[in-house]
Amino acid sequence: MDTQITNKNPQMRYKQRKEEKPLMATGLSYNKSKALRDRLYALIFLGPSLLVLIVFVFFPMFRTLYLSFFLTNNLGKPTVFIGFANYISLLSSSAYLHSLQATFIYVIAVSCLTLTLGLLLAQTASQKVRGISFFRTIFSGTMGVSVSVAAIFWLFIFNPSVGMLDQLANLLHLPAINWLTQPGWAMTAVVISTVWMNLGFTFLIFFGAIQSVPSTLYEAAQIEGVSKIYQFFHITLPMISPTLFFVSIITLIESFKSFGLIDLMTAGGPDNATNLLVYRIYQDAFLSGNYGLASTESVILALIIAFFTFIQFKVLEKRVNY
Amino acid sequence: MGIELSNISKSYDNQNWTLKDVSVQIRSGEFFTIVGPSGCGKSTLLRMIAGLISISNGTLKIDGRDVTNLQPQERALTMVFQNYALFPFLDVKANVSFGLKARKMQSAQINERVANALELVGLSELKDRKPRELSGGQRQRVALARAIASDTKVCLMDEPLSNLDAQLRSKMRSEIRELQQKLGITLIYVTHDQVEAMTMADRIMVLHAHTVQQIGTPSEIYQHPANAFVAQFFGTPRMNLLSVHYASKNQRHLKFDSYIDYLLPRDIEDGDYFVGIRPGELEIHTADKANAVIKNIEYLGTQSIIHAVLDNDMEIRITTSKNNTFCLNDHVQIRATNTYFVFDSTGKAIFFNKGDVQNGYTDHKQEPANAL
Repeated sequence: MDTQITNKNPQMRYKQRKEEKPLMATGLSYNKSKALRDRLYALIFLGPSLLVLIVFVFFPMFRTLYLSFFLTNNLGKPTVFIGFANYISLLSSSAYLHSLQATFIYVIAVSCLTLTLGLLLAQTASQKVRGISFFRTIFSGTMGVSVSVAAIFWLFIFNPSVGMLDQLANLLHLPAINWLTQPGWAMTAVVISTVWMNLGFTFLIFFGAIQSVPSTLYEAAQIEGVSKIYQFFHITLPMISPTLFFVSIITLIESFKSFGLIDLMTAGGPDNATNLLVYRIYQDAFLSGNYGLASTESVILALIIAFFTFIQFKVLEKRVNY
Repeated sequence: MGIELSNISKSYDNQNWTLKDVSVQIRSGEFFTIVGPSGCGKSTLLRMIAGLISISNGTLKIDGRDVTNLQPQERALTMVFQNYALFPFLDVKANVSFGLKARKMQSAQINERVANALELVGLSELKDRKPRELSGGQRQRVALARAIASDTKVCLMDEPLSNLDAQLRSKMRSEIRELQQKLGITLIYVTHDQVEAMTMADRIMVLHAHTVQQIGTPSEIYQHPANAFVAQFFGTPRMNLLSVHYASKNQRHLKFDSYIDYLLPRDIEDGDYFVGIRPGELEIHTADKANAVIKNIEYLGTQSIIHAVLDNDMEIRITTSKNNTFCLNDHVQIRATNTYFVFDSTGKAIFFNKGDVQNGYTDHKQEPANAL
């Protein structure tokens, strides 16, 4: 991800590298043993990380792709080659399509809320008000909370008998909600907790970006009588657009990959309402031992994420001012 | 639009004053420069006039209207910043029209004003470029165009040229001056560069140590500095300031050696004084009877600056014509001319050449009543 974002123009870099090559090969002053030694150095320096990447990223990646075309035994060994049968059965399964739908709802809700609230908090914390540094610390607090702690914390809040939310509802004479046992509300609860978890990081990144906008831009606008809201939309937003772009991609990918909170709070229930794609992969692979099918699901998820990221790059990059 | 500052002060804790009792009447259409070393509070003063920071004490009137507690946009002025404050994501045209658009002005009117402003600063052809595609001088012109387009009669500039190279700076100096004349705006210009202040301003305010040192035209400030600080701040190389003790037995002579000896027009009290001598107001000769040794020579083309040490160990700077043949460690004779300043031990000017300050100077802090 990072490399994609920092290389503003990957094609340029590729071209440069291509031009360098013939120079190295034909350069008369370039003595062969030195070239060989350079290669060796390159290998020594790159070797360790290459090894780690092969073992933990590339091998599993290709193994997953390979397994997705097979039936497997419960040890994860491929047994029968079945071509695209896994893909066909998945895409025609109503349970899987339901998961897909739930995931989209979840991802869109989480991304939109995280970005909006993060931006709102960052903008609020950028105001010069007495005691604001206290809020800056509080707002970024969730960065230091682990998923398991957060899950337990939210389970308490959502608990129908002792939970804070229902006590509040009680006070206001509203009907009690079984947050984690009613399908629609369970999704809402999971979205709320995820957004809460995301906010610390998002806030911090946005806050940093807003702080780095030169204050004279606002002063110049202020003198010209430009309203605060206009300043936010026409100065702050364009100035932090690279960060906005970065955070939106990170948030989208992260929410597609959500697992911890789901597992601890709802375990995919009730009635599969929060059984998102990643959680389904986990269930199929490690609870049902259906490795081939789980691999297929992984490949599909990877394609979905790649597709959305691609769209984001296409649509948003035009509006980003580096 | 005249601007009247009365006892403007700034303090962040009501104990230490960043600025204390700044009072001046700036005339309509005047090019007024605020100058001083870094940290003297000149930018603070400008920001207070702009309304970007609050005024702790005193009143500010623009065109007779009390604006002390008004928001910046209610003061009907515009400001040009040192770093230009351009929006990097907008092209030149959009940068100039930013404020007008935000105020929902009609687009035909906006286009006309923008075209006019860009024409005035000579940027019409670059109107579709982004700031990063412009040179420093061009960016500064965009900032000027934005100020012009807002069509206010008061413009504030905060060290607008300090990010430019020396050549461009002198070009922009005259451009800004011409624009100000053409548009007839009241311009308050902050700078730390005494050359900028001298060459551009109708009047200069010298700030130092949180207070106003002197207000006057460039020639008043140069020829009749109110104190030793002002005297040394203006003019390159800096004025020589030689400390001397005077006692009545000296019979009105402030004598450093047999060639540098000033006769005062009247007797003064015994005590410590400073004699200020501009480096150009000393003569340097090769002579048998030498009273100084040359320690360093700075060759500048049109002139040379000679650093010499007198026999009584005082260091002194002298400028000479380009046709000099002095060398390092030459023994030379340095002679006084008739132009000198005498400051008392606090730095206040008391004599200028052979006259009292009171006779030679007008009191610049008191403006004539019809100044506005």
